[in-house]
Amino acid sequence: MVASMCLFTRDYLDHKVVGYLLLVVVSLLAMFLDILPVLLSAVLSALILNFFFIKPYYTFHINNAEDSLLLFLFFLIALINGVLTHKIRKAEKILQIKEVRVNTMKLYNALLDSLSHELRTPISTIMGAIDTIQSNTVTISEMNKQKLYSEIEKASLRLNHQVENLLNMSRLESGVVQPKMDWCDLGELIYNVLDHLKDDLQFHKIVVDIDENLPLFKLDYGLMEQIIYNLVFNASQYTPKGAKIEIKVDYNTDVDFEYNPEKLLPCVISIVDDGNGFPEDEIDKVFDKFYRLQNSKTGGTGLGLSIVKGFVEAQNGNVTVENREEGGSVFRLSFPALVINKKDISNE
Amino acid sequence: MNNFAEILIIDDEVQIRKLLEITLNSNDYKTIFAVNAKEGLMMAANHQPDLIILDLGLPDEDGQIVLKRLREWYKNPILILTVKNTEDEIVKALDNGANDYLTKPFRTQELLARIRAALRNLTLNENEPIIEFGEVSIDFTSRIVRLKNEILKLTTTEYNLLSIFVKNEGRVLTHHYLLKQVWGNSYSDQTQYLRVFVAQLRKKIEEDPNRPQFIITESGVGYRFNTG
Repeated sequence: MVASMCLFTRDYLDHKVVGYLLLVVVSLLAMFLDILPVLLSAVLSALILNFFFIKPYYTFHINNAEDSLLLFLFFLIALINGVLTHKIRKAEKILQIKEVRVNTMKLYNALLDSLSHELRTPISTIMGAIDTIQSNTVTISEMNKQKLYSEIEKASLRLNHQVENLLNMSRLESGVVQPKMDWCDLGELIYNVLDHLKDDLQFHKIVVDIDENLPLFKLDYGLMEQIIYNLVFNASQYTPKGAKIEIKVDYNTDVDFEYNPEKLLPCVISIVDDGNGFPEDEIDKVFDKFYRLQNSKTGGTGLGLSIVKGFVEAQNGNVTVENREEGGSVFRLSFPALVINKKDISNE
Repeated sequence: MNNFAEILIIDDEVQIRKLLEITLNSNDYKTIFAVNAKEGLMMAANHQPDLIILDLGLPDEDGQIVLKRLREWYKNPILILTVKNTEDEIVKALDNGANDYLTKPFRTQELLARIRAALRNLTLNENEPIIEFGEVSIDFTSRIVRLKNEILKLTTTEYNLLSIFVKNEGRVLTHHYLLKQVWGNSYSDQTQYLRVFVAQLRKKIEEDPNRPQFIITESGVGYRFNTG
């Protein structure tokens, strides 16, 4: 194409200039194309140069040695150019792959670190406690034995909790989480979760703010349970003793809203605590997989909140977290959900 | 009374078998074991145990199929033990005739409580005219329910629901089962009815409806009526 443009100017421009122009074109091509088309274009442009621009025109004959040297050099430069550019691009690609690999490795190492810690600690506790109990050389008091039994119990519960987290994470990763939407009584669900967590919550003040007339929402009961469980469990672990944890459900309070079985209405669940809140520079990362706060106490895999995010999004909802001005933080889950009024049913 | 009941355990994991053997024997139950489906079906036929504990993940056959084949003739309680804690699998097992389920890992105290409840149902007199639990009494002949000796007003639906719960004490009842029994076949997917009426019933018979003692939620599966 460029050659054809030059055709009109061949009377004014020297064929050497055309040669340079073609070189630029070949170099440009080398930046975007693969090695084979680049070589082809180098050969082609050498032929074009010879055929159209080197006297005598329209033949492949070359009259003087200077021109044949020029043509040979042209071809050589185009070739080297193409090969070099190709090599650079190849090196770049390798670098990119390496970078991706390094990132994956980082994530993998984070996983291994937290996993080996989170799984090995309880396993060590169990094995160690059993060794001590079985040992023939020392006699341990009945009281200490009971203490060891209770440690074994705590360790296995912790192990179970982490395995549960890992299974949930791999469910999310493999994309098999398909929400089974069904009518949920969120009051029942929330109190049920709180009942499961009552041991972890014994030093916290729990407030549940749910309207007596809270309608039923169509959500996945199992996923919702897991979401609320993880958030309340987190709050119980990372707020000081005596902190208040409040759970609220907000919805379209206009009780007489026209009932429409097809209409999605907002359902917002907030979990509010008056603990220490999150460091401002880290708050955006808390939902990242394996992310753990810089100064957080040991324990935890950094999976809980990323599971929350995954399960919320699986139900087309979204989750946010922010620090409150009065201290502590608030997690807000909002879902577009089908709604049904309890009254409409109990009257039937 | 239930002591010396014979329990057949069908599980391929030797550790679980040992755990169950020690736990059950210490509580005066007799235990027999099968390590796969084939052996399990044979032993069930030969020994006619009072209760079967069946693991769903057997090496030679899907536990659900074993369950169905047992239910063709076996009338005593079957308790499912499973690591598959997907709700669908559990609901399917209950629909296939299992009386109850526990997911591994389980607590042995919980297991013993479930076994006791299942064996108690076996001896329950179906024609008992009055059943009492907590401070509630139900007179089935006159359909009168009393709370603290005062007559409790229940709607027909509430009464039907309560009586199904009471007659299946200790047993997990799936959403589908309850909906079919109380509202009819065409309602088997209309869980909203169940949610609302369970909430209403709890308000009337539970001391704290938010922390129910009697009507227990089995997440994603159904409800269980417990009298403690």
